[in-house]
Amino acid sequence: MYNFEFERPASLADAVAALGAEEAQALGGGQTLIPTLKQRLASPAKLVSLTGIAEMQGVSAAGSSVTIGGATTHATVAAEAAGAYPALAALAGNIGDPAVRNRGTIGGSLANNDPSACYPAAALGSGATIVTNAREIAADDYFQGMFTTALDEGEIITEVRFPVPEAASYQKFEQPASRFALVGVFAAKYADGVRVAVTGASEEGVFRWSEAEAALNHDFRTDALMDLDINPANMIGDMHGSKAYRAHLVKVMTKRAVAAML
Amino acid sequence: MPKDHGIGASPKRREDVRFLSGTGNYTDDINLRGQAYVHFLRSDVAHGRINGIDTAAAAAMPGVLRIFTGADFEGVGGLPCGWQVTDKHGQPMQEPGHPVLAQGKVRHVGDPIAAVVAETAAQARDAAEAIELDIEELPAVVDMKAALQEGAPKVHDDLTSNLCYDWGFVEENKGAVEEAFQKAAHVTTLELINNRLVANPMEPRVAVGDFNRASGDSTLYTTSQNPHVIRLLMGAFVLGIPEHKLRVVAPDVGGGFGTKIFHYAEEAFCTFAAKALNRPVKWTASRSEAFISDAHGRDHVTKIQLALDADNNFTALRTDTYANMGAYLSTFAPSVPTWLHGTLMAGNYRTPLIYVNVKAVFTNTVPVDAYRGAGRPEATYQLERVIDKAARELGVDPIALRRQNFITEFPYATPVAVEYDTGDYNATMDKLEEIGDLAGFAARRRESEARGMLRGLGVNCYIEACGIAPSNLVGQLGARAGLYESATVRVNATGGLVVMTGSHSHGQGHETSFPQVIAEMIGIDESMVEIVHGDTANTPMGMGTYGSRSLAVGGSAMVRATEKIIAKAKKIAAHLMEAAEADIELKDGAFSVAGTDKSVAWGDVCLAAYVPHNYPLEEIEPGLEETAFYDPSNFTYPAGAYACEVEVDPETGKVTIERFAAADDFGNVVNPMIVSGQVHGGLAQGIGQALLEGAVYDENGQLLNASYMDYAMPRASDVPFYTVDHSCVTPCTHNPLGVKGCGEAGAIGSPPAVVNAVVDALQSAGRDVTHIDMPLSPSRVWQAMHG
Repeated sequence: MYNFEFERPASLADAVAALGAEEAQALGGGQTLIPTLKQRLASPAKLVSLTGIAEMQGVSAAGSSVTIGGATTHATVAAEAAGAYPALAALAGNIGDPAVRNRGTIGGSLANNDPSACYPAAALGSGATIVTNAREIAADDYFQGMFTTALDEGEIITEVRFPVPEAASYQKFEQPASRFALVGVFAAKYADGVRVAVTGASEEGVFRWSEAEAALNHDFRTDALMDLDINPANMIGDMHGSKAYRAHLVKVMTKRAVAAML
Repeated sequence: MPKDHGIGASPKRREDVRFLSGTGNYTDDINLRGQAYVHFLRSDVAHGRINGIDTAAAAAMPGVLRIFTGADFEGVGGLPCGWQVTDKHGQPMQEPGHPVLAQGKVRHVGDPIAAVVAETAAQARDAAEAIELDIEELPAVVDMKAALQEGAPKVHDDLTSNLCYDWGFVEENKGAVEEAFQKAAHVTTLELINNRLVANPMEPRVAVGDFNRASGDSTLYTTSQNPHVIRLLMGAFVLGIPEHKLRVVAPDVGGGFGTKIFHYAEEAFCTFAAKALNRPVKWTASRSEAFISDAHGRDHVTKIQLALDADNNFTALRTDTYANMGAYLSTFAPSVPTWLHGTLMAGNYRTPLIYVNVKAVFTNTVPVDAYRGAGRPEATYQLERVIDKAARELGVDPIALRRQNFITEFPYATPVAVEYDTGDYNATMDKLEEIGDLAGFAARRRESEARGMLRGLGVNCYIEACGIAPSNLVGQLGARAGLYESATVRVNATGGLVVMTGSHSHGQGHETSFPQVIAEMIGIDESMVEIVHGDTANTPMGMGTYGSRSLAVGGSAMVRATEKIIAKAKKIAAHLMEAAEADIELKDGAFSVAGTDKSVAWGDVCLAAYVPHNYPLEEIEPGLEETAFYDPSNFTYPAGAYACEVEVDPETGKVTIERFAAADDFGNVVNPMIVSGQVHGGLAQGIGQALLEGAVYDENGQLLNASYMDYAMPRASDVPFYTVDHSCVTPCTHNPLGVKGCGEAGAIGSPPAVVNAVVDALQSAGRDVTHIDMPLSPSRVWQAMHG
């Protein structure tokens, strides 16, 4: 990696100020950014670590929602959200390996928006609210394509608010090498309807499978999905699976998610 | 009651204390005073003409000591190839030059173009980025068959084509084989690919070169499986340094799997640059660098045909294989698809006529050489797959078809030039049926099917040729080296022993198992024996560790040296007890006179040898130290039978290995725990090849999965709890320990078992799938089911 300045502010205000510097970059758990730096594929002048800010840490449940601080690690979510939102905790507990889970953060994952990451499926599938230092963004507006989000330059995810569904399940089919989602489907059933979010599959990043949602709203059984097919045209095709294979897996994983919720 | 010491006992590995407590001494742990660091600028195109290298700006950067390019090595030899194959017309293979740094052209992604030596590794890397390259990209050849087409771009302009050799074996059998195929009642044909693998030892390659200006001595510390071979090749062929002025040290090495046998450019560079700069020069590969600079393994494309008579006896076998050499000939590359592959095509079977054709091809890819098993996995895979396919076509039980064709009488001379000394293939198959509970498979399949899963059973045999090798034989076959092994046994005055061996341990546990042998011979405790290896300065000339040869060849040298020690010690004991030498017996660490109660302890004899006050000085020299070189008279032939049970998820194509049983005949076993561990590791690598691994090049010669994000290595959760057994023992008849070798068996025997099992699972569901090329990733299996 190239040399850079490093700051680890203790407050959100200090972090925002630090990120105002030329070529400054926020650092969450560093699970994507640090390898990128080691490959010399990025050269920020300054890294601003968000892990020292107390107000961005932790899991809290109140009423029908669970709120997770933006700098909370996957391991913490897996442990502390298990009671309030088990499907979310299970998702967090199966990201990467223990080293990744003890460094990587929810805010870092959502800000990066890797098309194969798990958390985007949970956020979109839950209709979560992404709270930043500046505003609140609905998940439906937040994800704007592979590695692209609604975040402005220097904007920090301070917390993520998840409405807790009646039932939910995340079904991940792992890419054999990286164990990212080759296809991951997060399905959640709320009083006002079913949400189905798919990660890993599309060239446009995480997306909602609206046909499946409509079918499940009509009849919440796996059979309701029987006649649905997803168009492979926009799916990712690579050495780990063709477009057609990913399209097929979307359906299989959705079916499994529904079966797990019944 | 298992033994608690000596041969057959399973003491815990003494080397693991340092490996598991972080106190090992690996090459990267070696840091010398004044050490500089080198960074290699490597080609990012697969094929290109070097029109210019401008190092001026880079040379002016902070900390840069010197930048080397191919021009600096024009007076220096290239990396040599250690094996010359003769083609089917009696002509030597085409052998291109292999410069330390690229000269004129780059020939694969990763080919080193320039080397920057600087005060720190970061400075060297920074400066390498400032080198301006003018490289004219040329069309690359990646596919082997395309590389042999008329008019294909040539990897080496000075060769007539991209064909390294066209080898026929045994050429004289060809006509008879054709005839047998014409008469056959049934012919089974299978085309398959043995996927290209990246060895990925946990420790990447490292080299530290050092030069002593006062003495003129060079030292290379390197991650090698055979430091003497590196000293010989680098000293004699590349840098022109005689052995007495060159020391090569391979300290703790974190896994080799074959890829650390070879002499690499970075080793020669660090040794050369240390002298040029009069400073130690260190290189540590990154994992990304390892993917594009460590020799790869396998990469064969084969068509195999098996002929059977009306009674299902195998009557003939023929194969056509394309073997990828990559861009240059790595040290032992030409031998792998020929003498380590063609000679094994008989397998465990009485096939009377065999013809093997191998075309070795240059392509713009990383060089390919030996990887765990080296040629033998390729032979086993195609043979055991075609037999399985034949059984299905004929509607016969695949185990019965194998048993019917087993070799049952030994010694057995195969039609492919080797003679198996011993074996009992029915015994290992019987053992496999028992430990794998093959009788219970049908019930387990029903249970899987009840859960919506497809279950398959794959069984196969394997044989390998280990203990490489009789030197006079391999010399005739084109080896440019002998393949003996050496040991010096030094007994100290108070009775402890130090054994200096040319074998090298990089995970095999020699430091534990070798002392078991010597302790057993003398009747002393293993803690009295220490193994020294890995340093040319304090071990006798040896050929190193690969091909499962260390115990069979290196262990035999150790036995011979210890026999000399015991013979001399008996003379001393006879003198001390005033008895005839012929009456002296050694038992439990004491010498006694037969038929009397006279006895003298091992330690007292050793002390007498070094304090020879009461000693037959006129007859024998003082001291107790002996060296032996052992050259085997034949290969050893471990063999076994493996069974794999898989579940296939019909919705996703995902394969899960539910059970894996391995029944091996390794001859006598010194440390059963270590042997089981070796089998486990081999099985993991074989399962990795079958399900997960495989280097993927695009048409431009870019390695698409050059990191762990895309290259899938087996993890613990990808493999089952194995059931392994090595109680079937037919001792090797020609080495003193009766041992055969166990290091590669798992990797050789397991890929066909996995693929046979998956095909079985798919066929159980009525899918007309006869073959899927490895790795059997979920998408490939799904594709095959829906193809």
